Amino acid sequence: MRVIHHPILGDLPEVRQVKIWVDGKEIAARKGEPIAAAIAANGTKIHRYTTKREEPRGVFCGIGQCTDCVMVVNGVPNVRTCITPVTEGMTVETQHGAGRGGR
Amino acid sequence: MREVDLAVVGAGPAGLTAAIEGAKRGCSTVVVDMNPHPGGQLIKQIHKFFGSREHRAGTRGIEIADTLFHEAESTGVEVMVGAEVYAIHDSTLEVAQTFGEDSPILPSKEATTSHSRPLSIVARRIVLAMGGAENALNFPGWTLPGVMGAGAAQTMINLWRVLPGERILMVGAGNVGLIVSYQLMQAGGEVVAVIEAAPRIGGYGVHAAKISRAGVPILTSHTIVGASGESRVERAVIAKVDPSWRIVPGSEEELEVDTICIAVGLRPNARLASLAGCKLHYSPSLGGWVPIHNSRMETTVPRIYIAGDLSGVEEASTALEEGRLAGICAAASLSKERAGDPEEIKAIERRLLSLRSGPFCQRRQDAKQELIGIGETQCPK
Repeated sequence: MRVIHHPILGDLPEVRQVKIWVDGKEIAARKGEPIAAAIAANGTKIHRYTTKREEPRGVFCGIGQCTDCVMVVNGVPNVRTCITPVTEGMTVETQHGAGRGGR
Repeated sequence: MREVDLAVVGAGPAGLTAAIEGAKRGCSTVVVDMNPHPGGQLIKQIHKFFGSREHRAGTRGIEIADTLFHEAESTGVEVMVGAEVYAIHDSTLEVAQTFGEDSPILPSKEATTSHSRPLSIVARRIVLAMGGAENALNFPGWTLPGVMGAGAAQTMINLWRVLPGERILMVGAGNVGLIVSYQLMQAGGEVVAVIEAAPRIGGYGVHAAKISRAGVPILTSHTIVGASGESRVERAVIAKVDPSWRIVPGSEEELEVDTICIAVGLRPNARLASLAGCKLHYSPSLGGWVPIHNSRMETTVPRIYIAGDLSGVEEASTALEEGRLAGICAAASLSKERAGDPEEIKAIERRLLSLRSGPFCQRRQDAKQELIGIGETQCPK
């Protein structure tokens, strides 16, 4: 959910919209925001499934340190979505395991 | 390859002040930070700071970040964001770009073979200021999506303007837990409860009062028993703990929440320092493993200095002072002319002492003294 009104920060400023593809679905993101913010605003919490037990994982630290939020971005696995800004036409996929070879 | 007098890792309060002091003393200075913005964690601190005027009391963290960045730029510091230092050997920092419009991390579809364009920076002096990282808390369900650091939630709401959940349980009633609870409410979230295992609230009364007045219960002597849900947090079970921290049987209570924020302290983000060969010391009062440093903030590796939460988890105010100290000492070690007025260092030490006084901070002052004591014997003379 976007925070549109805020008592300290004021109303959310208008910025250019960027379209990204998340698991094949087009979503609107705000230019400059990280992938994790765009998909959280879209209601998605699961970023990846672990290698051995296929357990779901989402954002934990939000500042690029824990690597829980990694996804496959433009075909490249293990991208930290909390610190990687969206770019126009970017493809983002839920990662399974190490994200290579379709595992 | 780039050659500089001073390379600083981390563009938070400690790193920026270190860089500013270095640049003011004629050092060619570069700051490298992996985040897309300079300012470190100040950029999500929308509350006003406490303390004295010289520590920017009454100013919001986000404004301090702006001021520091502009001061750094005007003193000639080069601030490189979206760039991550992944190794340090001798005087060389290896940097990978994490993203950016023209070379980015990868996200260019044309460049999937090379994730980054590496850069080597050779520096005569290095200041490490990577800050801290949030501690996790292990309970059944702790890995479910929806369990996150309180700082992560704060980043999401204040920086990216996205509310990570609607019904939130805050675990920990220190200042981070209390402040972030209030900020989640400002962003439109409902904080169902704040729980604290200790018998009393750890943070300042003024922060606790704000959320109490809004009707949020702060339950002391309570812990989280577990979280559950189908692929994401749907509920949490909390329970009372007795004076020996054991769960009181029968006191369990189920809360319907979609988000659980963990605010149980931070630890120094010491990995890069450790990689660089800095010896560490375990100090519970400073947050865990912390690089040993002397009174000049120099580590056991000659020419590598540290400052801020990396040298022991404290506050932004102490980070600003330690950064100054590290910057001045690093510059002074390059040439005597750069040392400047010795009174400056004494003044910083006086201010640090005053920041570390009082009932909340004495433990940290003692731990810092111990660390520096070890540093005086193990670090370069």
